[in-house]
Amino acid sequence: MNLIEIENVVKTYHLGGSDVPVLKGVSMAVQQGEMVALMGASGSGKTTLMNILGCLDRPTSGRYMLDGQEVSRMNPNQRAEVRNAKIGFVFQNFNLLPRTSAIENVLLPSTYADGSIPSAKLRRHGRQLLERVGLADRADHEPSQLSGGQQQRVAIARALVNSPRLLLADEPTGNLDSRTSEDVLAMFQNLNQQEGLAILLVTHDANVASHAQRVIHIHDGMIAAGAFESASPAASAPADAASRKEGR
Amino acid sequence: MHKLASTSITALRALQRNLMRSALTTLGIVIGIAAVIAMVQIGEGSSAAIKATFESMGANTLIVFPGQAVSAGVSFGGGSAVTLTSQDAAAVARDCPSVLAAAPQVNGRMQLVRGGHNWVPQFIAGTSPAYFTIRDWTIAEGRALTNGDILGANQVCVLGQTVVKELFPSGQAVGKTILVQNVPLRVVGTLVPKGANMMGMDQDDILVLPWTTLKFRISGTALQNQNQSQTSSSTAAVSTDQLFPETSQSLYPTPSTSEQTDTPQPVSFPNVNSILVAVPSTQQIPQAIEEITALLRQRHHLQPGQPSDFNIRNLAEISQALSSTSSLMTNLLTGVALISLMVGGVGIMNIMLVSVTERTREIGLRMAVGAKPRDILGQFILEAIVLCLFGGAMGIVIGQGLSKLVQAIFHWPIAVSIPAVVASVAVSAAVGLIFGYYPAWKASRLDPIEALRYE
Ligand SMILES: Nc1ncnc2c1ncn2[C@@H]1O[C@H](COP(=O)(O)OP(=O)(O)O)[C@@H](O)[C@H]1O
Ligand SMILES: [Mg+2]
Repeated sequence: MNLIEIENVVKTYHLGGSDVPVLKGVSMAVQQGEMVALMGASGSGKTTLMNILGCLDRPTSGRYMLDGQEVSRMNPNQRAEVRNAKIGFVFQNFNLLPRTSAIENVLLPSTYADGSIPSAKLRRHGRQLLERVGLADRADHEPSQLSGGQQQRVAIARALVNSPRLLLADEPTGNLDSRTSEDVLAMFQNLNQQEGLAILLVTHDANVASHAQRVIHIHDGMIAAGAFESASPAASAPADAASRKEGR
Repeated sequence: MHKLASTSITALRALQRNLMRSALTTLGIVIGIAAVIAMVQIGEGSSAAIKATFESMGANTLIVFPGQAVSAGVSFGGGSAVTLTSQDAAAVARDCPSVLAAAPQVNGRMQLVRGGHNWVPQFIAGTSPAYFTIRDWTIAEGRALTNGDILGANQVCVLGQTVVKELFPSGQAVGKTILVQNVPLRVVGTLVPKGANMMGMDQDDILVLPWTTLKFRISGTALQNQNQSQTSSSTAAVSTDQLFPETSQSLYPTPSTSEQTDTPQPVSFPNVNSILVAVPSTQQIPQAIEEITALLRQRHHLQPGQPSDFNIRNLAEISQALSSTSSLMTNLLTGVALISLMVGGVGIMNIMLVSVTERTREIGLRMAVGAKPRDILGQFILEAIVLCLFGGAMGIVIGQGLSKLVQAIFHWPIAVSIPAVVASVAVSAAVGLIFGYYPAWKASRLDPIEALRYE
């Protein structure tokens, strides 16, 4: 069954009276438990697409089904609930709360959850997650006392705290050196294989993308290849995108 | 509940992260609340002090004065008519249910002599035993006047402390004899000191004696020496009065001192200068005035439509006027303090706006991981409220300190005002809510994507 299913998603920004089309009719799907890389050049619309997939943004038009739910028509509160319950985010720049301990950072999403879990139990869960990412002894460290790789691992633990169905990682290794990048990517693979967690890895780096089971190529706001697992690379898509590019 | 608790913790953490700034931000609230608390408590203290002063002068006291005498269109001024009698006083005490006690009062101003010392007291009150009840005045030494003293026009007196000091520098006054217009009076008691009254007059500068003694044994002999305007002594003005022609004394020769002492004058009309009335409580004053008016009109045979031949003066009115002046001042100062609270609130708003801008990324992150706009709104409002409540708590403590200081300096009875403390807490929370709302609303309206990208 498809966890993510988008159909003909268009995103157009309005800048000073003129329309800037960023996504030009994107259709794709991600199955449950799949690890997919979304790859494309800088400015091709990866982050824009990921924001829509992450329910942070709404498409200008098109349909988005997440876990069987139509998300594109939801109001901000409903989208916040979906983000909280079903999606974990990992950012390029970690985005940890400054002057706040690792464990508190990990537990941040749980403060916005339905909240019937006692805090002692939550803390235990948070510590388990930190252990899982190899930071059991750093629970009380603040971000400024952690290295980049450690910070990103705290961010991964945070993304997992509400047991999401989908993990969205936008350039998660963009600020890391190659060795720590390998560690982080190995952790993603591990999570995907052991927990069956669906992961969408956004990157411009083919090496990073190679850690995924499937690569979706995005080019200038259009899917160039790999939109559906079963689908063989569409012959027309790249040509179509190329012709548009020339048309500009 | 769980949500509120966790939001509170979040708010506390955020404030703690910028402790110095939080403290400085809330300074305006601290000062405002301290000022409000101090003003309210000091104001209440000063009101209580005024009230206590009045109680010492006999709160809830009415004075009935005779009306004015008019002859050929010439008014002789309030109190010049001869209409009040000691029987009136007795009737008021007996027949008016809202009256606690009533005492006639005959005034005089005379020289007192004791050995080599002499003294003219401010007040000479010829009255009845009820006087001490009405003025709530206790005997320091000896005894008060008795009804027997009144009936027998006994030559006894009770002295205020100032008179004791002037006539008896050695201290022992009870049992000694003083001379008033050559009439000897035995001192049977002394009064506890009361201090100055509202007008700054020394209330202890007083000689209290039976009104019969003053009227029949002393005043009769003293008429010629008396300054009419000071005493408004009844017998001096009576020749003009049409109602009671028999009170005219000029027909009779002035008796000698020895005659006066030996035989009370039967000729004098027993009128008094005023009647002092005690009412159990301030609330009963209007009722008492009504009853006294009805009774005296009836006793004086006044027809409906005829003006009353007496006036009733209300001391409680003066006391209320003074208290209300004091509470007006308190209200004004509290108003100023509230303005400083508003200024403090603007300071809070300012810093909260800065804080929202500084923490844009944090807000974006919180939204990304599932915070709804109202969670963000709640968090920032709560932060402002917590900040204001801390300021309020500090302000309450400082305000109490200021009150204690004023208490130590002025000896006013200043007490912790629970309503003021409760109101301060409520006002601080309200300031936080009102001035925290706009920054919080701005925070809640942020777009998570833009906020996350904010540098
Ligand atoms: N808020 C916005 N307003 C206008 N244009 C935007 C906005 N966000 C992104 N874009 C444009 O959309 C295009 C794709 O951006 P993005 O999705 O961030 O690319 P990528 O993540 O692949 O580098 C870029 O040309 C960028 O300028
Ligand atoms: Mg990007």
